[in-house]
Amino acid sequence: MDALPELLLVARTTITGADDLAALDQWRVHYLGKKGVLTERLKELGRLPPEQRREAGQAINEAKQALETALTLRKTALEAVALNARLASEAIDVTLPGRGQQPGGRHPLSRTLARIEAFFTGIGFAVAEGPEVEDDFHNFEALNIPPHHPARAMHDTFYFDAHTLLRTHTSPVQIRVLEQQAPPVRIIAPGRVYRCDSDLTHSPMFHQVEGLLVDEAVSFADLKGVLDDFLRHFFERDLAVRFRPSYFPFTEPSAEVDIQCVICGGSGCRVCKHSGWLEVLGCGMVHPAVFAKVGIDSERYTGYAFGMGVERLTMLRYGVNDLRLFFENDLRFLRQFQ
Amino acid sequence: MKVSEQWLREWVNPAVSSAELVAQLTMAGLEVDRTEAAAPAFEQVVVGCVIGLMPHPDADRLRVATVEVGGMEPLQIVCGAPNVAVGMYAPTALIGAVLPGGFTIKKSKLRGVESQGMLCSATELGLAETSEGLLPLPDGSRPGQSVRELLQLDDALIEIELTPNRGDCLGMEGIAREVATINRCEFRPVAADAVAPMLDATFPVSLLDPAGCPRYVGRVIRGVNPAAATPLWMKERLRRAGVRSLGPLVDVTNYVMLELGQPMHAFDLGRLSGGIEVRCARPGERLELLNGSVVEPDADTLLIADGNGPLALAGIMGGEISSCTAATRDVFLESAFFTPASIAGRARRYGLQTDSSYRFERGVDSQLQRRAAERATRLLMDMAGGQPGPIIEAVSPEHLPAEPAIRLRPERIRTLLGLDIPASEVEEILRRLGMAVAVEVEHWLVVPPSSRFDIALEADLIEEIIRIYGYHRLPGNRPLIRLDLPPQSEGQVAPERFKETLVQRGFQEVITYSFVDPAFQHRLDPERKPLALANPISADLAVMRTSLWPGLFKALIYNQKRQQPRGRLFEQGLNFIPTDDGLQQEPYIAGVVVGTVFSEQWGVPARTTDFFDLKADVEALLALTGEAETFTFVAATHPALHPGQSARIERSGVAVGWLGALHPQVARELEVEGDAFVFELSLSGLQAARLPAFREISKFPASRRDIAIVVEEAISAQAIQDCIRHYGGERLREVRLFDVYRGKGIAEGQKSLALGLILQDFSHNLTDSVVEATVSGIIAELSGQFGATLRI
Ligand SMILES: [Zn+2]
Repeated sequence: MDALPELLLVARTTITGADDLAALDQWRVHYLGKKGVLTERLKELGRLPPEQRREAGQAINEAKQALETALTLRKTALEAVALNARLASEAIDVTLPGRGQQPGGRHPLSRTLARIEAFFTGIGFAVAEGPEVEDDFHNFEALNIPPHHPARAMHDTFYFDAHTLLRTHTSPVQIRVLEQQAPPVRIIAPGRVYRCDSDLTHSPMFHQVEGLLVDEAVSFADLKGVLDDFLRHFFERDLAVRFRPSYFPFTEPSAEVDIQCVICGGSGCRVCKHSGWLEVLGCGMVHPAVFAKVGIDSERYTGYAFGMGVERLTMLRYGVNDLRLFFENDLRFLRQFQ
Repeated sequence: MKVSEQWLREWVNPAVSSAELVAQLTMAGLEVDRTEAAAPAFEQVVVGCVIGLMPHPDADRLRVATVEVGGMEPLQIVCGAPNVAVGMYAPTALIGAVLPGGFTIKKSKLRGVESQGMLCSATELGLAETSEGLLPLPDGSRPGQSVRELLQLDDALIEIELTPNRGDCLGMEGIAREVATINRCEFRPVAADAVAPMLDATFPVSLLDPAGCPRYVGRVIRGVNPAAATPLWMKERLRRAGVRSLGPLVDVTNYVMLELGQPMHAFDLGRLSGGIEVRCARPGERLELLNGSVVEPDADTLLIADGNGPLALAGIMGGEISSCTAATRDVFLESAFFTPASIAGRARRYGLQTDSSYRFERGVDSQLQRRAAERATRLLMDMAGGQPGPIIEAVSPEHLPAEPAIRLRPERIRTLLGLDIPASEVEEILRRLGMAVAVEVEHWLVVPPSSRFDIALEADLIEEIIRIYGYHRLPGNRPLIRLDLPPQSEGQVAPERFKETLVQRGFQEVITYSFVDPAFQHRLDPERKPLALANPISADLAVMRTSLWPGLFKALIYNQKRQQPRGRLFEQGLNFIPTDDGLQQEPYIAGVVVGTVFSEQWGVPARTTDFFDLKADVEALLALTGEAETFTFVAATHPALHPGQSARIERSGVAVGWLGALHPQVARELEVEGDAFVFELSLSGLQAARLPAFREISKFPASRRDIAIVVEEAISAQAIQDCIRHYGGERLREVRLFDVYRGKGIAEGQKSLALGLILQDFSHNLTDSVVEATVSGIIAELSGQFGATLRI
């Protein structure tokens, strides 16, 4: 039997030299296991004379502790090496693209509609809807456009029969809401409208957002404030906005609203026909004849209405130069609005 | 309405520039569409007088003219125009002159003869599209004078896009009144003094439809010189207004129309018989019009007729039979008031939009007729001589438009505009607009001029006031509104959420036309007869969609033809479904997918989308309701779908949509590349949502037992899961179907389903024996109902 110090020296060298965790564990079992070298030595203490036992036992325990420490140190070292090796082997190219479903996108008109709705619902307007196949009464008559009115010639109407048509504007929703609801009324009505006209600057189907506010003492100045704010917020620019007298059979007074050209800043360009202004909205105070059609007392209530073209606003906002792109649905176009 | 600025400034000449004038008109509601020069640029073109003319020695068609051009020596100019004559005054381009288009005149030789300039036609000066020969200038013009100066060509043409209510501005006088009002200056109305009759000649006029024509003014003028020419100044004004010169008689009527806004007509008196009748058309009557077309007017169409029958479509167009010709010496002038209601729509119906019908439809001043007739008489006599008879006037006063006295209250102005305008300013604006204003207690009584038939209400007056006062002077208020809290039902899923869910799952939103190709529509929904448009824009946009699929496939195919084979598209919008109870216009959401599940990417084998991929997308939509379990997919056939891969989607037994593979036959017909899968859901069927209700979470652990059963192919997974849930009761928390297997070990015509059953109780730990008992009970139930056997 070797002397304990020699044994310890050999064991230490062996442990420090173990090159993997499995070998290290074998050496642990060899020295410290149930049948390990040092365990066996402890068992043999009994054979020593009693006066030597204590000292010998203490020496063995010290040797055991020393080996345990050596084992732990080596284990920690080997674990660190193993971890580093694993990390090195697991390195990836983080610049590779991610996998899975790529998100799609909203149609640009839908995006604009959502923005417009957000502005107006934010100040208390509700969203109203109406049918797209409309009757003559709601699309024309109730809006103070009797048969043969010259304004009808400006609406190239799609008909199904003498009384049924595709709505030419979102204004019939005004009538449908006022038929149902007593003032105060605050609504916007976004939706599709149709005119029998198709060329570079006209689509047979397009979108409008109608607005209507009816209450006691609503004034033109209120309308002007709201639309001024809306246009500046929509374009996120401090634009010049001007109201210009115009004519709609269902409003009086009526106005068209121009913004300072967003393309040239007002100095004149092809888009604004060198005027520096772009027409973006029609509006006015609800005509007493419209109130009469829906049984609202126009002495007690006043109201304003406005209508805007969604395609035009979208084109100006995002610089789209061709109306037809909206309905071709070319993915290379649509993806630009993700 | 095309307005010559020069002409306008003869009536009213405020101290503002052209640009300011244009801005003023636009801001007063007379929107200027554009302005253009009355003539293109040219220079060094002067008045020349032909003082000698010789044949060209070497060219039959050319002649050599000697032209006097003022100070310098007469010029020798070679000319090919047929109308060149000694004594004629014509525009002469000098050497160095630059004509429209940049064409420079140089000294040149024409067939060996030197030409020191060019005699010009109207076309060469950019004043006409076509012309025959030289432009004759007035006799006695001063040779050497600039032609631009002589013809006053430095003029701007202002194109005003008039709104339908402003018929009063379809004449220069109306526009002049506006300009005068805006600038607070006076305008000089055209003198239309009465012309004393020189003959007794009259012609009977009877108003048989006084409601349609309450006033008819006529006048006989005899002995007009048929050889007279329209003076150049009038031709120029007509040209600048976009009206063709057609000889003195027609030119005068057109000129007065442009000046005063009153459409007129000149009949050849010699071709009239009996008397004029203004009446509605009678059955079977026919009329050949000036443009050569023949109409059979409807009974609601007003005619001018005489003893022999129809002469003209009143207020729209004259007839051939009574029209003036180059030989006409005796004329009958018509200046009538036809009400808008009697003209509106007719011109369009006969395809005859004329300057006259355009004005009558919008409304002509009912007091204007006599003045217009006097003015036309004077002009015609000045140009072509002739002797007038007395004015003939037939009138039905009770049918003339009423002249309303409108009450205008100051507080109403304030309410409607949100602005105080001083009373003095209100009165001034109204008076300048030609209104009679009477001050009463607490209000005004206002009578608009007869030209402003569009003004009938207090609101109309308020519009006039603010229009002139200036919209820019209105404050921009922030509205004060009651803060009513709007209802926001949790019981409805907002449509936006469906759209957003699809976008997150890789779908691109499209917007397609609501009218579609009938062939597409028929292939994708053959069992429904779509609503057809009476006047479609084209044959392939002729019917209203009953499904969103036709539009989606059109968009898909459009992209496939442009190297985009993979598509995941959706649309939300109305479908138009005719039913026995009328047309249903309901919102739907639909999608189409074709191509690989994912866009091309590394590390994952490319896999083509199948039914279950799209089903997962549909289930994601259904899950938004919070009660996906109320929906079932029922195997069912649809004519556009693969019969073995289509499901009707039901909610609590009510059909709400479809999911399936496009039928291969339909795919071939539509020329869709690849296997396409589609869904369509009714939004109204989808929107109702469950309000979340809290349930206690069990504190006891769950146990899972997996079973594999073998059943006939025909038995649906849905049926087996329904059976398990039914039998398992409260304690069965969840059933997970995790494998479907066919093949080795499973008999032909059968399949194996692997299911994970998760059991849990709220009140205690489930013992193994309870779990086993439940599971074996379930197996026994499956065996009893479906003949299922346990797979070992
Ligand atoms: Zn611009």
